[in-house]
Amino acid sequence: MDCIRLEFEVDGENFSSAGNASERVKRTLKQIGVPAASVRRVAIAMYEGEINMVIHAHGGRAEVEIWPDRAEIWLKDRGPGIENIELAMKEGYSTASENIRSLGFGAGMGLPNMKKYSDEMKIDSTVGVGTTVYLRVNF
Amino acid sequence: MKIREVVKLLDAEILCGEEHLDTEIHTACGSDMMSDVLAYVKDQSVLLTGLLNPQVVRTAEMMDMLCIVFVRGKRPESAVIELAKEKGIVLLSTEKRLFVACGILYTNGLGG
Repeated sequence: MDCIRLEFEVDGENFSSAGNASERVKRTLKQIGVPAASVRRVAIAMYEGEINMVIHAHGGRAEVEIWPDRAEIWLKDRGPGIENIELAMKEGYSTASENIRSLGFGAGMGLPNMKKYSDEMKIDSTVGVGTTVYLRVNF
Repeated sequence: MKIREVVKLLDAEILCGEEHLDTEIHTACGSDMMSDVLAYVKDQSVLLTGLLNPQVVRTAEMMDMLCIVFVRGKRPESAVIELAKEKGIVLLSTEKRLFVACGILYTNGLGG
């Protein structure tokens, strides 16, 4: 089977639409018969990434490749970058504003969740330039 | 229990999803922090929350949840109800507070 490629613009100005891309990927994975547990892992990891792009980086771009045995996701933004990745990976650490917390996010669980639900996660970030998060989820 | 029984036990108003009231549910969780729902929830099918934004529905959708109960008499905007309709998620609203609503469902057999 060939790889299915999907690309999405993640709108950084619209909190309400955050999750659109993950939802589309979830639907596609379901349609091609990927096991439900794997579909959910991809959906959650990517959704957390999408939320991050909206609340921290004014949006960005999501590129997804679906292979017979795995999904690979690149979340690319031109946001402020992550100063201390090790710290950002800690559960409970967050730089999100009080406003974001009142919306139910910013608990410092985003990156740890993405790691938890993926089989491989790589963060490439330069302060002032942007961040790319790579996620691989095996089915 | 069926979602229909949740409606009865919580004296809840059905905001959408009447056609799914006979769906069986076994577990629930209560939280206003969606990140925690994404982190800790496994197979819970009902989410009780006081949060009203569209990301509550998105979170439930990502977790394959079937029903959201808004507590403390809260009701979301129509756009949120439309999103839930689209996803086939039942939305309920109860006057009861989060702790009380969770307690009622727990003592009536719903697990955590």
